[in-house]
Amino acid sequence: MKKLLIPIIILLYALLPPTAVAQQNEDLLSLIGDDAKVKKEFVKYAFKSPRVINGHSMEFLAPGTMDFRILHRFGEINQGFQNFFGLDQASMRMGFDFGITRNLMAGIGRSTYKKELDAFVKYAPLMQSTGSKPFPVTVALVAGMTANTLPWADATIENYFSSRLAYYYQIIIGRKFNESFTLQLAPTMVHNNLVPLSSQPNDVFALGFGGRFKLSKRIAFTWDYFHLMNGIQQDVNTHPLSLGIDIETGGHVFQLHLSNAVGMNERAFVTETTGRWDKGQLRFGFNLSRVFQIKKRAEKI
Amino acid sequence: MMKQLIHATVAFMLLSLQADAQSRFFTKTGRIKFDATVPKSPEAIAGVNNAVICVMDTKNGNIQFSAVMKSFEFKAALMEEHFNENYVESNKFPKAEFRGSVTNNNTVDYAKDGSYKVKVKGNLTMHGETKEVETDGEIIVRGEILEAKATFTAALSDYKVKVPQLVADKVSQTAKIIVECSLQPLK
Repeated sequence: MKKLLIPIIILLYALLPPTAVAQQNEDLLSLIGDDAKVKKEFVKYAFKSPRVINGHSMEFLAPGTMDFRILHRFGEINQGFQNFFGLDQASMRMGFDFGITRNLMAGIGRSTYKKELDAFVKYAPLMQSTGSKPFPVTVALVAGMTANTLPWADATIENYFSSRLAYYYQIIIGRKFNESFTLQLAPTMVHNNLVPLSSQPNDVFALGFGGRFKLSKRIAFTWDYFHLMNGIQQDVNTHPLSLGIDIETGGHVFQLHLSNAVGMNERAFVTETTGRWDKGQLRFGFNLSRVFQIKKRAEKI
Repeated sequence: MMKQLIHATVAFMLLSLQADAQSRFFTKTGRIKFDATVPKSPEAIAGVNNAVICVMDTKNGNIQFSAVMKSFEFKAALMEEHFNENYVESNKFPKAEFRGSVTNNNTVDYAKDGSYKVKVKGNLTMHGETKEVETDGEIIVRGEILEAKATFTAALSDYKVKVPQLVADKVSQTAKIIVECSLQPLK
């Protein structure tokens, strides 16, 4: 038995490849712990823009950036060639949105429709994340107000400034399911201080459904629908539905879409959408978004 | 006699293992900068990653790098978004890796302080594509610290990174890659 041991040891040495050769293909990186898998990471780029089409999206602007937005809604397409399928009539909104922190942004805008000013604050107490302590959805809260600056309809009566104002509140619950698919729910409440008809409610509740499906790296199909729970009046207003295509060109995001809504702030498109899809009362529209870096980032380069 | 032989063998094996351990150096805070700026670029198209992992075995010159793509930082948030979303697709291909070796490792005296010119050759994997890369670099030995430096260029098309027609004249088709790592002994 003892005599066998020496040949066995020699054999073992002969069979084992020389250490230097063995290490040629050695995975040195595996010797180091991988922190990347443990680190908490917020899910980004659920949408190309902080707006789905009309409504707010679960996406936030990066801190220190400003999004200059120019929105156009044209006339109804069914007007035919005489009005060039609605393109003769444009309604627009110009807006400036600011990214303040990772989960806080604010913006202002003005629409030609009802000469309305609007402003909002959007804050996410919870954000979708992966890694340690992951969270499945982003929850964002939006509060905004609008101010109609049209001349008073009846200047002979006593008018109050508060009559010009409306408010909206929204909870956005959204999830980026994968690289191409994002879905969000947005329960919304709009409060009008003054409504034109006594039969109309001051408070309108709606449930928003927004989503994105990426068709390629730079092109995505988007939809944005608000289902009104109350305040629908036969032949007056209806639920706003918009279907669009997001095109990212390198510096700009173009959001082209078809919609039955003409308003470009929450008060206007939730409570005052008059066109109907089933009657072909659709409008072509686009949002143009250009993001500028306004605050310099820490110099690390 | 037999027991002594076994002891000697085991001791020898342990010794050689220990020698291996001391020949390895690493960092988790290495730096890789890339620059794809051309004269027509409106701003510097450059990003930097300060969390690069690098491990080197001085005994055989093997050197490996790993960089998390999302750790590249840019001066403009939008550039960072485009980098991750459109160019390197960092969700699909989260890491870039280099696995290679110093081909003239025997000319470097790791026991003696100084600067040594080296040649590095290996495979760079990025955006799901692997290409052989060969470059000149420098290893600076300073006590227990090794500094590894190299600069090379990579053609974006080699790694199937497409620059859209619209910005083709504003983004370089080749990226200059600058590597700087300060390695400590791996214990």
